[in-house]
Amino acid sequence: MNLIGENSDLNILDDILSAFTEITSNDLIPILQRIQNGYGYLPKDVVMEVSERTGIAASQIYGVATFYEQFHLKPRGKHLIRCCRGTACHVKGGPEIIDVIKKCLGLEAGETTEDMEFTFETVACLGACALAPLMVIDGNYYGMMTKQKVAEVLDSFRKPAEEIA
Amino acid sequence: MTQMNVKIDGKDCIGQAGQTILELAIDNGIDIPNLCHDPRLKPSGSCRLCLVEVEGARGPVTACTFEIADGMVVSTDTEEIRGLRKTVLELLFYEHKGACATCDDNGECKLQTYGYEYQVEDDVINCGSVCSEPVPNYTAGNEAIEYDVDKCIRCGRCIRICEEVQMDSALTFKERAGQAEVTTAFDIPLNESTCELCGQCISTCPTGALYERHAKGKGQCKDLKSTTTTCVYCGVGCQIDLNVSAKTGKIVRATSKTGVVPNNGNLCVKGRFGQDFVSDNRRLTMPLIKKDGEFKEASWEEALDLVASRLGAIKEVNGADSIAGLSSAKCTNEENYIFQKFMRACVGTNNVDHCARLCHASTVAGLARAFGSGAMTNSIEELKDAKCIFVIGSNTTEAHPVIALNIKHAVVNNGAELIVADPRCIDLVRFADMHIAQKPGTDVALINAMIKVIIDEDLLDKDFIAERTEDFELLKEAVKNVSLKEAAEITTIPADLIRQAAVTYARAKTSTIIYSMGITQHTTGTDNVLSLANLSMVTGHIGKESTGVNPLRGQNNVQGACDMGALPNVYPGYQQVESPNVQDKFEAAWNAKLSPNKGLTIVEIMHAIEEEKIKGLYIMGENPALSDPNLNRTRKALGEVEFLVVQDIFLTETAQYADVVLPAVSYAEKDGTFTNTERRVQRVRKAVEAPGEARLDWKIICDISTRMGFPMAYYRAAGIMDEIASVSPIYGGISYDRIEKVGLAWPCFDKEHPGTKFLHKGKFSRGKGKFHPVTFIPAKESTDKEFPFVLSTGRQLYQFHTGTMTRKSAVINQVSPTGYVEIQLDDAVNLGISNGDRVEVKTRRGCVETDAKVTENIEPGWIFMPFHFSEAPANMLTIDELDPVAKIPEFKVCAAAVRKIS
Ligand code: SF4
Ligand code: SF4
Ligand code: SF4
Ligand code: FES
Ligand code: FES
Repeated sequence: MNLIGENSDLNILDDILSAFTEITSNDLIPILQRIQNGYGYLPKDVVMEVSERTGIAASQIYGVATFYEQFHLKPRGKHLIRCCRGTACHVKGGPEIIDVIKKCLGLEAGETTEDMEFTFETVACLGACALAPLMVIDGNYYGMMTKQKVAEVLDSFRKPAEEIA
Repeated sequence: MTQMNVKIDGKDCIGQAGQTILELAIDNGIDIPNLCHDPRLKPSGSCRLCLVEVEGARGPVTACTFEIADGMVVSTDTEEIRGLRKTVLELLFYEHKGACATCDDNGECKLQTYGYEYQVEDDVINCGSVCSEPVPNYTAGNEAIEYDVDKCIRCGRCIRICEEVQMDSALTFKERAGQAEVTTAFDIPLNESTCELCGQCISTCPTGALYERHAKGKGQCKDLKSTTTTCVYCGVGCQIDLNVSAKTGKIVRATSKTGVVPNNGNLCVKGRFGQDFVSDNRRLTMPLIKKDGEFKEASWEEALDLVASRLGAIKEVNGADSIAGLSSAKCTNEENYIFQKFMRACVGTNNVDHCARLCHASTVAGLARAFGSGAMTNSIEELKDAKCIFVIGSNTTEAHPVIALNIKHAVVNNGAELIVADPRCIDLVRFADMHIAQKPGTDVALINAMIKVIIDEDLLDKDFIAERTEDFELLKEAVKNVSLKEAAEITTIPADLIRQAAVTYARAKTSTIIYSMGITQHTTGTDNVLSLANLSMVTGHIGKESTGVNPLRGQNNVQGACDMGALPNVYPGYQQVESPNVQDKFEAAWNAKLSPNKGLTIVEIMHAIEEEKIKGLYIMGENPALSDPNLNRTRKALGEVEFLVVQDIFLTETAQYADVVLPAVSYAEKDGTFTNTERRVQRVRKAVEAPGEARLDWKIICDISTRMGFPMAYYRAAGIMDEIASVSPIYGGISYDRIEKVGLAWPCFDKEHPGTKFLHKGKFSRGKGKFHPVTFIPAKESTDKEFPFVLSTGRQLYQFHTGTMTRKSAVINQVSPTGYVEIQLDDAVNLGISNGDRVEVKTRRGCVETDAKVTENIEPGWIFMPFHFSEAPANMLTIDELDPVAKIPEFKVCAAAVRKIS
């Protein structure tokens, strides 16, 4: 079965829900926002619990959660890497950059590294086509990327070895 | 209601305030294209295909959301509108990939119809995924339903019907715009969601995006022949269309049309997905005769001769009363009529009974005494408008799913108050204002306490009591000493809650009681029913629209089998066998000498076999070897009886014991009628050919009767109905031509009589309603150290009765593969039992091994088992103690022990 989102700490949810009286589906978005703040994403078991306690159908919550980009149904890493799949970036070698990132981190688009450091996403266009090919980490833009530079930039976000020890 | 005059395309139409343009157009046969509309749903206005022009309005409006107004002028088919519709269709076709040539829905699909009608340009028709496998989604691996996102036009009907009608909310859209697709919460497999597999989503889907998985590739809709008939499973009596392939002669899919009575196009999982049994290759196709302990195929001649000569010989030597017959609530009215006529006129005994004895004998006995008629007082439709619904001992969503839709509708859309009294936390509790989890077997204590509250707080309907009833003083006397405190102790329900329930029920303008086997299957079954009748009469909640006492009958035709006199004490139409006048009447009608003595009931018949009083037993379409209480004893009797004939469609557990087995035809292979729980006589129509040499039940009986010297011959089932109408006043006006389109509810006394929507209007069938004082008597068996649990048995949604038919369905086997015992969490923990563990359930009568289902929906100390499963037969455990009046066994309460098997 799906291991993500099993056995979350429900105390956080208790606190969140206790701020609301008489929960209706109008409260859904603020509740989901707080859950995301508290857990970092929307864990399945927490959402199911919300449904159980409020009577709002789980399917409805899921519909809302997938409607808004803002909500995440999988755990997120500490750093968010976004890469562009747009035309300009594509022409300038974007796909190769994406490949290198995947290889460096050992994941596919939409996934998070096991150490929970990085989440990697691709988007349609980052709106800075002049800098193509482009990668953005936590809001910092890295333009005119090359395959070589990728590892360098990524390393600068990793914890130094001594900190880990 | 205010009438409104509206002109649509030049035609004058009269509508009601609140109607939409589309509804009015449909009523008047004017076709406005629509894709997101379904009369069962609230309008959403999302597909924009139903655009029309309204004089004076700015721009076109969507007919499905726009309400009519007096004097409104509407044009539905102008040049401009047609252009707009074509654009909308083209946009939809861009999204829709798939070709009609390979689609099963070809012929039914509305997108296809409109695409043709509006001559959508070929180049927008996107055949991107012809022959490619559909992408995996929430239906992957589901046996029932297949969702093909490529054919989905995102109208949202499936999601809405699941939420608004079925009220399960299993579905949602995920993502947005171009990526939107239908799914469940977290894309979990459908069977792990809240889905109940009703298939309502398939029924509303305008394209082939949702379809029955097993129907795929078995014939396109345009090539299927559809026959409307009545569902064979439960007493709701849904009108169902069997769609048959001309090529294979088999049922491909079961559907239903909106607008039909009583189900409005809705079905449950059994009706929609439980039809596989009809063409199952285990069907009986030849008569079987047991020789040296083994069945050998025989010719009809041989089998019929043998049955006639053996029964004849037994009658000759031991007398007519040494033969008994069990008729069948699964068979048609016509077959039940012929069966009881055969037993009475040919054999010469009243020893004829059927499984109503095991479900609603207490209703028939109790309500007949109190009101004069033992049936649902109101129609199913009326439930929607009841202001208070008191459901006691009926797990309606599982046992009568389509009736439950009306209850949910009443609560959610019409603000009805719902009181649920059931030891288990059944699904309806989700919708209830109050849940009373009374201890099993304490119903009289509960209801008497409610009556006491109503008397003490002066909530009586005194006028009603004075004018319409008798013996109120006796009731008053009987409950005089009832104390709420004591009732609370007996039932385990707080006194406050009992009081609140009583007040709510009494005060509502229209209150209706729904009950079922939680009330009837007790040694105090008749008392339970009488106390509900008392409750309704003290408050005057009976004999009015949406107001009454409504026993939900279990089998598809258990109402009809009772009406036909497949009971040991009455002829057709509840005419007493012990009344000399009635006897004269039937002797004249049937031209035979009839017995003046009441016959034996089912369990009595089994016990009489032990005493060697019954020597010959004829069982038509029943399975007592699984359905009757205390199976060890029942099976022993079946093994001992001198001569046993079983007439059925499968070699059931019971048929194994037979000397002769006669192959009968299923409901899909015959004409006839079933009478549903609301007393509505509805048509059963032949859709497919019978397998092998299987024969019509009534023809088999007639042939045997003729051989035994009482000739019976009919040409058609319709002719039998005419004879029924001639001898049974409540069916007096029923004939096939009158029930061709919509069934009629009895009493229907003559050809002009319109049938009866609700009973006891102005006057009870027996004249005055009669109060019967009843006092609480505990169940026969109480718990002790050795057997500390209270065991209740019952049904579940997916299976029917002994599973002979439902367990042939791949869909049903996937969701409900085997039996189990429900046990409360704390009890399970104490016994070291985890969910899914093998356990042994034991009572004084037997012992069964099954899986544990650990739940919080049941109170500590109580366990529950469904009785459908032959590998875990709950009836090995049940007690065969009987209600003294109705002779119904106490299936709902016995003492049991549970232990884990290591
Ligand atoms: S089958 Fe019924 S319950 Fe299941 S998703 Fe479809 S409409 Fe909902
Ligand atoms: S599956 Fe059918 S009913 Fe559901 S949204 Fe798609 S087209 Fe509409
Ligand atoms: S509710 Fe009853 S009659 Fe209707 S489809 Fe289901 S089993 Fe058949
Ligand atoms: S195409 Fe890459 S930023 Fe626009
Ligand atoms: S039918 Fe009216 S908008 Fe779809």
